[in-house]
Amino acid sequence: MATKSLFKRTPKPYVHPYFGGMVLGIILFLALLITGNGLGSSGATSRLVTAATDLVAPEHVDQTPYLLKLAGGDKNPFDDWIVPVFFGALLGGFSSGMIFGRIKLETTKGPNISDRTRWTMSFLGGVIFLYGARLARGCTSGQALTGGTTLAAGSWVIMFAIFGGAYALAYFVRKLWL
Amino acid sequence: MQFPLKEFMAVSSANPWTYVIFGLIGFGFGFTLEMSGFGNSRKLAAQFYFTEMTVLKVMFTAIVTAMVLLFGAVSLGILNFNLVWVNETYLASGILGGLIMGVGFIVGGFCPTTSLASASTGKIDGMLFMLGGFVGAFLFGETEKYFDYWYTHAGYFGRLTLDQVFNIPVGVVVLLVVLMALFMFWGSEQLERIVGKKDMSKEPKLRIAGAGLLAAVAIAIVFIGTPTTAEKYDRLSFNRTEGEEQVVLTADEMLSTRQAYVHPGELLKTMADDRLIASIIDVRPEADYNLFHIVNSVNIPAANINSVIPTLLVDQTPNKVVVVVSNDETAATEAWKILVAEAVPNVYILEGGINNWIAVFGKDEDGITPLATTIVDTLQYVFNAALGDRYGCANPSPLLEWEIEFEPKIQLQLKRDKSGGGCG
Repeated sequence: MATKSLFKRTPKPYVHPYFGGMVLGIILFLALLITGNGLGSSGATSRLVTAATDLVAPEHVDQTPYLLKLAGGDKNPFDDWIVPVFFGALLGGFSSGMIFGRIKLETTKGPNISDRTRWTMSFLGGVIFLYGARLARGCTSGQALTGGTTLAAGSWVIMFAIFGGAYALAYFVRKLWL
Repeated sequence: MQFPLKEFMAVSSANPWTYVIFGLIGFGFGFTLEMSGFGNSRKLAAQFYFTEMTVLKVMFTAIVTAMVLLFGAVSLGILNFNLVWVNETYLASGILGGLIMGVGFIVGGFCPTTSLASASTGKIDGMLFMLGGFVGAFLFGETEKYFDYWYTHAGYFGRLTLDQVFNIPVGVVVLLVVLMALFMFWGSEQLERIVGKKDMSKEPKLRIAGAGLLAAVAIAIVFIGTPTTAEKYDRLSFNRTEGEEQVVLTADEMLSTRQAYVHPGELLKTMADDRLIASIIDVRPEADYNLFHIVNSVNIPAANINSVIPTLLVDQTPNKVVVVVSNDETAATEAWKILVAEAVPNVYILEGGINNWIAVFGKDEDGITPLATTIVDTLQYVFNAALGDRYGCANPSPLLEWEIEFEPKIQLQLKRDKSGGGCG
């Protein structure tokens, strides 16, 4: 019964984009006001992976320049604000899904591809996106959203590069979505 | 009260509330993304086929709302913008990384945080994107060493904001961004009507009022302007430990109680201390600097002191101490006022300046002759040659037993996280 009430509900509609954006903007403002830091998540992905590497091969971490900065020697890769933000976001997404009846084991995809293709592509997309995000020192949240708000010059360039890259390729992968 | 709050600028196991605050921020972030529909990859991808512009609308509404509130708070003097993390500009790696992210976006259908909202609501594609993300981050960590120099140097401009790029007041940039966003919203709605065949008459009228409000606040920011250095200076407070007691001093009290002045002996000790980084800024005219200066000090004449502020704000190593030096204390004190007002941490003044330094470490040195002068902030010594830091007392050995007694003044401030903000 409990499972049914959790999973088999009619999903409520999404909020209006301007309303969602306004709430997100207020949260971002409060983050900047109280802590001086914005929002982000890809940094946490990097830190979690480095923590795992550090567990298996600490010598390797100490010899790799990029990992050294995160977990070299006795440094704790979890010792950064982005880690609680990451886990908070997972919990927040879950809570919203609970409240609006959208918790459901499913695959979101375009109408003309199989689940298997969608799974392969989303995995591949994740690999590519995070590689780019670490290269640019931040993703859509850390650079586009946060840097855009603080008027960081580089972040605005990155924002246009993200949209540019996606629009340039969109036509060629339209089978995935249309 | 001055924001941001120093206690919450970094997570610290000494203050578990920091984890709660950042956790709540993340919670609100994930919650809003999910309720806006970003757990669904199809909704996200629709952006790139002009059928539904939700991504752009949510993102830019969030940016302009946060930006207007942020710079509104800066204008009112509630928030010190120099303490807010601003992503440093790395043009080359930023552009390449951005293009790669775009590819990942259209292929995978998510960006990192939206994949969290998706995975946490049971979407298998969201979970796989997250998993792929871990692999991508791992690959980056393993390959960064092959292009480390390019990654850290190509197109590096440090802390650079749009108002500095275009050399216009920040309020004007805020207003222009708001107008640009409103124009993009209008364009998006046209596209949704034409390409997406959406009935726009059902859209709430309230959005027009919201647009007006944003523009009005932006215009107000233009007129109020941002606080001057002097206004920021008046609002400063310093937490000091005196014996067992914690005291809070204003900037003027820091000067009048001499808490901002370090004795030459303490500066030498700091320079020799491996756990501290002493950054000595010599604000005297270049001619004086060439005659004599303390080893490893950098010459930035007082008039140019503003030019080093962005660099000092970016490099916030927690164990770095900035010591400003002039011939006596006059010019250094003025420079100190500017640096602390602009939120540079751990700044001190050399007590008695270069004249006092020489009096302590080199009054008997050959080639340096005392000169009786009463002119403020000039050298009270004559030098046989402009040897710079090659005089013995420019680099006194910390191992010698100087008979010096001083009251230590340097107290390091609590600092922000190593990685700063952004996606650290």
